[in-house]
Amino acid sequence: MLEVEGVVVRFDEHVAVDRVDLAVANGETLAVLGPSGCGKTTLLRAIAGLQALDAGRICWDGHDLMAVPPHERRFGLMFQEYALFPHRDVHGNVEFGLRMAGADRGARSRRVDEVLALVGLREFRERPVATLSGGEQQRVALARALVVEPRLLMLDEPLGALDRAWRARLIDEIRALLDRAALPAIYVTHDHDEAFTIATRLAVMRSGRVVQQGTPAEVWRRPVDTWTARFFGFGPATPCTARAGALETPWGRLPAPAGTPEGRVDLVFRPDALRLDVGGPLDGIVTGTVFSGELVTLTVEPAPGAPLTVRVPQRDAPAVGDRVRVAVDRDGLLAYGPD
Amino acid sequence: MRARAWQLARVAVPLAFLAIFFAWPLGAIFGRALRPSALGDALGDAGLRHVMWFTLWQAIASTVLTLAVGLPAAYVVARYQFAGKRVFRALVMVPFVLPTVVVATAFLVLLRPGGPLSFLHWQRGVAPMLAAHVFFNVAVVVRTVGGFWSNLDPRREEAARMLGASRLRAFRHVTLPLLAPSLLAAASIVFLFTFTSFGVALLLADPSHATVEVEIYRQAVELFDLRIAAALAFIQVLAVVAVLFFMARAQERRAVAQRLVAATETARRPRGRQRILVAGVVGATAVLLGGPLAALAWRSLHPGGGWGLASYRALGSSASTSTLFVSPWTALRNSLVFAAIATVVALFVGGLASAVIASRPGRATRTMDVLLMLPLGTSAVTVGFGFLLAFDAPPFDLSTTALIIPLAHAIVAIPFVVRIVVPALRSIDPRLRDAATVLGAPPGRVWREVDLPIVGRAFVVAAGFCVAVSLGEFGATVFVARPDTPTIPIAIQRFLARPGDINAGQALAMATMLMVLTAVIVLAIERVRLRDLGDL
Repeated sequence: MLEVEGVVVRFDEHVAVDRVDLAVANGETLAVLGPSGCGKTTLLRAIAGLQALDAGRICWDGHDLMAVPPHERRFGLMFQEYALFPHRDVHGNVEFGLRMAGADRGARSRRVDEVLALVGLREFRERPVATLSGGEQQRVALARALVVEPRLLMLDEPLGALDRAWRARLIDEIRALLDRAALPAIYVTHDHDEAFTIATRLAVMRSGRVVQQGTPAEVWRRPVDTWTARFFGFGPATPCTARAGALETPWGRLPAPAGTPEGRVDLVFRPDALRLDVGGPLDGIVTGTVFSGELVTLTVEPAPGAPLTVRVPQRDAPAVGDRVRVAVDRDGLLAYGPD
Repeated sequence: MRARAWQLARVAVPLAFLAIFFAWPLGAIFGRALRPSALGDALGDAGLRHVMWFTLWQAIASTVLTLAVGLPAAYVVARYQFAGKRVFRALVMVPFVLPTVVVATAFLVLLRPGGPLSFLHWQRGVAPMLAAHVFFNVAVVVRTVGGFWSNLDPRREEAARMLGASRLRAFRHVTLPLLAPSLLAAASIVFLFTFTSFGVALLLADPSHATVEVEIYRQAVELFDLRIAAALAFIQVLAVVAVLFFMARAQERRAVAQRLVAATETARRPRGRQRILVAGVVGATAVLLGGPLAALAWRSLHPGGGWGLASYRALGSSASTSTLFVSPWTALRNSLVFAAIATVVALFVGGLASAVIASRPGRATRTMDVLLMLPLGTSAVTVGFGFLLAFDAPPFDLSTTALIIPLAHAIVAIPFVVRIVVPALRSIDPRLRDAATVLGAPPGRVWREVDLPIVGRAFVVAAGFCVAVSLGEFGATVFVARPDTPTIPIAIQRFLARPGDINAGQALAMATMLMVLTAVIVLAIERVRLRDLGDL
């Protein structure tokens, strides 16, 4: 069990990691989600022991790791863009940790084969790493981190440089691997879809701080603030007035979600908040459609100059110029008061 | 604790070495030059003023000529892909690393009565000296300008063409301004090398055309006027520093941030008339650079009408021993031993310094970087003369030990080591070290597993350079070698100074051996470098 308590890392004046508290239990995968430059990578390096702390402590099973140098922590770290050793082949890269641990040649060879088989690269043993594709390099990096059976696996943007098809495939593989090994893991990414897919728990990071933690469903249903909701790709924030349990919006009065403060608020629609429904309270003209596979995104204007975005299955999509009615799900309304 | 000691040693050792073997000798020169009347006497002497003026104008003329000869080759190498390009680039590099004494000997062979170029009727004088300067420095232009040119995006020129510029105007208004920093860089290096020309000037120019370097040698070694020699060395150091400073400023002003593209993307196969252009430039450059060397080798195997190894066999005769005080084979052995010592010292000191310079950016490491480049801007003659003044009395009396020779060579070679090893160390992604650490490697092991294998080849290249520099070193050696410890270049100079075909033949034989030795090293370096380090 990893515990991170009040960790601060400063670079001169800039605070890269600001009073972060986190915990990763056995068998849990914590996704750390945030935009680039928010301090995710620095946090991982601090946990690995590669980065000195300015405050706080990092404990494993209750023991402070302060005095344990990085090479004795037995934490696996898969680096952004992998950091494979260019002067060693696939086997030499994967074997590295075993050599450091002093394993004999036969044991090393067996274990390397085992792990390479696990990531589907058994035939690649002798290949120089420079000749591998991005996806293959990613698997070598994963194998190199896993081969020593670390107590904790940390992955820094492991799918960052890959194209979409590879990402979809590899994230499922990583997930299956982590489940099978029941290995506690920290998965750092800027991509919310990736984070939702992989995480048993999610921490959202911004400007060095963890602003929200919870299960993916919890975080997705109730992002903590407008910024987080926008970061998840939820629609634009519309200024409204909240009064007596209702919101006064450009589209008329809508029921306010529980806990909405009185006065000026920003309203954000979660993607599942709006749907086409002949009995819906709002009616408007479809002014645009964007095709994106099985879903079509409609722009509907119930009021002039105040468009709404509604996602519908492709086969039900109306055409531009059609008149439609829109229903609003109260649970999907997110209203944020000024901080 | 051990880590602290290591940190301290890698800073202290290079600084101490530099203080004793560079700052102390330079200080000895300055101490004499700054005595009242020394500088005044040197500047007041019309003959010495003529020497300074000549040094300046021949350096400017050499620079202009070298650019004129080197630019066509730079263009062809940058923009065209042709068979044998790698070989051509490697061959261009050979003259640059050849010992000055070898090149001077080769030009003497070309120009001697009955030689291939005897129809020019050039005597020893300015013309052969300028020709040899061009021969030496074409590599600088081809490498510096050609290398930069090959990374310029040709689409900028194409954009200018589409906007209505003729081929010539597109070059003048787009390509030339972008090339300017590299042209200035090449010009300043060539100027520096020819301004401080010694071996070539001493052997190829007539006595009335002495460069400052030659004059320092003459004043110190022949006229024993150490005061005037020191004043000249002082003036020369100031001039070099001033030139370097202004060139760096000019380069900075003209540098433009731009996206560079891979050389492989800009070079095309020549077509039609371009093929004639490429073949012509490559052929002419190859003849220009290969000709003198071929003439030297041919003549050494062909003494006075007929093939034979007579010149080589004469090296073992007792007559040659009387000229040299020792056998020529002893000179060869001296050269090899000194090269080995100089290489070990330069790699050790330069390697430690590189570790500091590459470790992290900051004021201290930048200072170290500049300090270690200083010997590069100081001529070999100044180093040798400084050694002569500084190490003939306590506290550092080295005048009785031959060790002084490889130490002088090491001072000349260290900047090369740093220039080669630092970029290699910097090219290591620091995350590789982190990755090794996380996988369980303690600090020393990280260095052995990551740094060493990656920079190992850079060390091999640097060692090759050190050996080549030491084998051919002449300007410093001529001051510190004693009569009974000559190196090959010194032996060649002594043979050339004696009349008669036998002496000349032996000079040619030794020059040829030295040429082959150096060329083999350079070509080997080029192979390692092209394969693993790209272009430096």
